[in-house]
Amino acid sequence: MSDVVVVDYGAGNTRSVRAALTRLGRTSVVSSATSAIREADFVVLPGVGSARSAMQHLDDTGASDALRQRFAEGRATLGICLGMQLAMASSEEDGGVNGLGLLEGDVVRLKEGRVPRLGWSVVEPWGQAYYFAHSYAVRSSDTVADVEGVTVAVRRDSFLGVQFHPEKSGPAGLDFLDQCLSLA
Amino acid sequence: MPLARLIPCLDVAHGRVVKGVSFVGLRDVGDPVELAELYSDGGADELVLLDITATPEDTATMTSVVERVADVLEIPFTVGGGVRSVDDASRIIESGADRVSLNSAALADPSLITKIASRFGSQAVVVAIDAGAGVVHTHGGRVATTTPTVPWAVEACERGAGEILLTSIRQDGQRSGYDLELTVAVRNAVTIPVIASGGAGSARHVADALRVTDAALVASIVHENPTGLAGLRREIEALGIELRPLEVPYG
Repeated sequence: MSDVVVVDYGAGNTRSVRAALTRLGRTSVVSSATSAIREADFVVLPGVGSARSAMQHLDDTGASDALRQRFAEGRATLGICLGMQLAMASSEEDGGVNGLGLLEGDVVRLKEGRVPRLGWSVVEPWGQAYYFAHSYAVRSSDTVADVEGVTVAVRRDSFLGVQFHPEKSGPAGLDFLDQCLSLA
Repeated sequence: MPLARLIPCLDVAHGRVVKGVSFVGLRDVGDPVELAELYSDGGADELVLLDITATPEDTATMTSVVERVADVLEIPFTVGGGVRSVDDASRIIESGADRVSLNSAALADPSLITKIASRFGSQAVVVAIDAGAGVVHTHGGRVATTTPTVPWAVEACERGAGEILLTSIRQDGQRSGYDLELTVAVRNAVTIPVIASGGAGSARHVADALRVTDAALVASIVHENPTGLAGLRREIEALGIELRPLEVPYG
């Protein structure tokens, strides 16, 4: 099986994602190389950092276009947390940032409860608890799961985005990641 | 609202987990990676690793501990002790930690909170406050400052902290329950989550804290019986606190 490409955008915690992939028996490389991102069977766009610096980095390296190309060609991409938010058309984070525009929708600051939203929530329809750590949330017609009105998963064609961190969500998170990989 | 969190804290000195009071009579209680895995298996929602020596010579040792923990752990963890700059925070996060905890360095230079938050997001910055008699303390709680506790928590929040780790010096190590009054006073003043710390002696103490705040730090209560964490969780749940479900059959 070919390597999973974990997209490098300068601030992400790629180590935990790679450790989870290793536990699932997959090899992975961290890369911002356009050809690797475009052609991999499976790409993970991880999520730590701020929207502006992440998009800047993706644009500067050409990774943005590579991600758009693989999406157009129907290759599977999993966006985690900020990685999911970056797939939207725009975000109000950092005074307003244009995203990759793979999905319809935008990203707004959370208004309810304590922000950042930190901790575990049970996500339907999967019935498992996953770990969340975010201050912004997606609003999209591509939403496939929500918790208390907050979008926690989006899907369009070959792009799946989750607001939670499967790599930090114990055995349930690993199972989730494994199922994502098996869809590729 | 996310589910209440139970967070074991490991004190690390020179790469080993230790137990002791105020740096006195430190006793080696094990390997951080083994204990982290044990607590993760027992149902910890997160872990905190605190480098209590944090001398410059220990930097490489602690980095290696963080990397090894990140490679085995499937839950989030925070690393504190010795984070004095954006570079320190970067090194720890790039080694696999989810969050860094700032204490005296944030007090000395509050702009550090904003700098780390703008690079890694607020969720990556915990500000630890050791509180006693209304003021913030430093040096493991031994030195009182003139900074009042609640206003400092508010400032940390405004500067971009994502969570407050609030330790009551009076209650720490006493095992007679958390300082709920202090916890509520701080939590009511900020818009970010607050972890109560110091004083857990029983499941009831933890449950009482989780009724008024977002998360509870536990130390000696679990270190004395590391395999007893799952049992402690069940006792807390029996007292009416909803924790995350651990074993839900898939599909």
